[in-house]
Amino acid sequence: MNINATLIAQAIMFALFFWFCKSFVWTPIINALAARQKQIADGLAAAADGRNSLEVAAKQSAESLNQAKQKASEIIAQAEKRASQIVDEAKGSAKVEGERILVGAKAEIEQEVNRAKESLRSQVSALAVAGAEKILRKEIDSKAHSEMLAKLAAEL
Amino acid sequence: MTTETITSSEYIKHHLQNLTCNINAGHVQCAHSAEEAKKMGFWALNVDTFVMSFILGALFLMLFHGVAKRASSGIPAGIQNFVEWVVDFIDGSVRGSFSGKNTLVAPLALTIFVWIFLMNFMDLFPIDFLPKVAESFGFGHFKVVPSTDPNATFGMSFVVFFLVIYYSLKSKGLGGFAAELSMMPFQSKNPIIQALFVPINLILEGVNLIAKPVSLALRLFGNMYAGEMIFILIAIMGSTWAGFTVANITLFGSQIFLSLGWAIFHILIITLQAFIFMTLTIVYLDMAHQEHH
Repeated sequence: MNINATLIAQAIMFALFFWFCKSFVWTPIINALAARQKQIADGLAAAADGRNSLEVAAKQSAESLNQAKQKASEIIAQAEKRASQIVDEAKGSAKVEGERILVGAKAEIEQEVNRAKESLRSQVSALAVAGAEKILRKEIDSKAHSEMLAKLAAEL
Repeated sequence: MTTETITSSEYIKHHLQNLTCNINAGHVQCAHSAEEAKKMGFWALNVDTFVMSFILGALFLMLFHGVAKRASSGIPAGIQNFVEWVVDFIDGSVRGSFSGKNTLVAPLALTIFVWIFLMNFMDLFPIDFLPKVAESFGFGHFKVVPSTDPNATFGMSFVVFFLVIYYSLKSKGLGGFAAELSMMPFQSKNPIIQALFVPINLILEGVNLIAKPVSLALRLFGNMYAGEMIFILIAIMGSTWAGFTVANITLFGSQIFLSLGWAIFHILIITLQAFIFMTLTIVYLDMAHQEHH
């Protein structure tokens, strides 16, 4: 239990151990710990970022889905409108066409009637002339009366 | 111990004797008794303290350096977990008590804590186990617990004291440090009274300063020495064994149970003493770094 040179030896040994511990033990370990801490912090930050961007993406997709739905319903509405328009147009044009055909048919009928009247008239006048010729052959000169008969035919 | 029967006081004395050796006339000789060791004077070496503390310190540094070499920021495993836990614990203690910016303090605290813990831990080995091994190699005395040698504890506390002085001078300057020693605790606005206070302050603060390394070293030494002494006393109980009598069996049984109980209690003491030495070192260095006391 005497104080002797061991004191100096122990002090030097302690100083050397301390130096070794600082240079080759403490610094690398504390650096590794700090690096790991940073990695974990970065990882957590990245995870939070990922979660955020997931939320944003979900919001965006919901928005675009809504937009698409809206657009689709707009298109359907437009198409329905257009369809009814087309039907209306078709109805209108059919009516016009029908009227046109009707008018044409009426005109044709009238023409036909007129033509028939004309031919009947000419036939009747021819018949009348033929009858009158037969009746009047004897007494009337056909030349003197044909002028009067043509006038009669025109009056019919 | 030896073939001849020895008395209790001889047994105790033997256990408290370091393996003190010096070089005399070109060859190494070791003291066989306390008187011989005393006669060797200052220039002698307690080989047991030196060897044990070196082995323990080297063990600690090899283990921790092995981890430090492979230390990465990846997933830690096995021994790396343990080492990182210790490092983290020391780092937390230093952050808690040390307010300055000095990267030396934390590794110093780690060295002190683990080394002292390992030196104290030698106390938990069966008391005669390692000395018997040393005896078989021809060393008559061998104290296995380096921290029961005041040389070891004072050696550490002097290094700490040197660092305290160094950082006091560095951060406060020579004038600041001298003012801290002479202008406190008694202060007066009157310069004459202040001049009278200076010697009183110097004595008070001087004692305060010197008490730091002395108390550090003696606290550790005293606790470990007393603990060792109780182990020795418990070990004596069974040493009077002389056949199967009720008294002998009682003594022998008591030795087993008492040494077990004391060893379990001692686990607390050795850890606590290592921790106290470390914490006080941190606190002293923190005080050395503070510019205003």
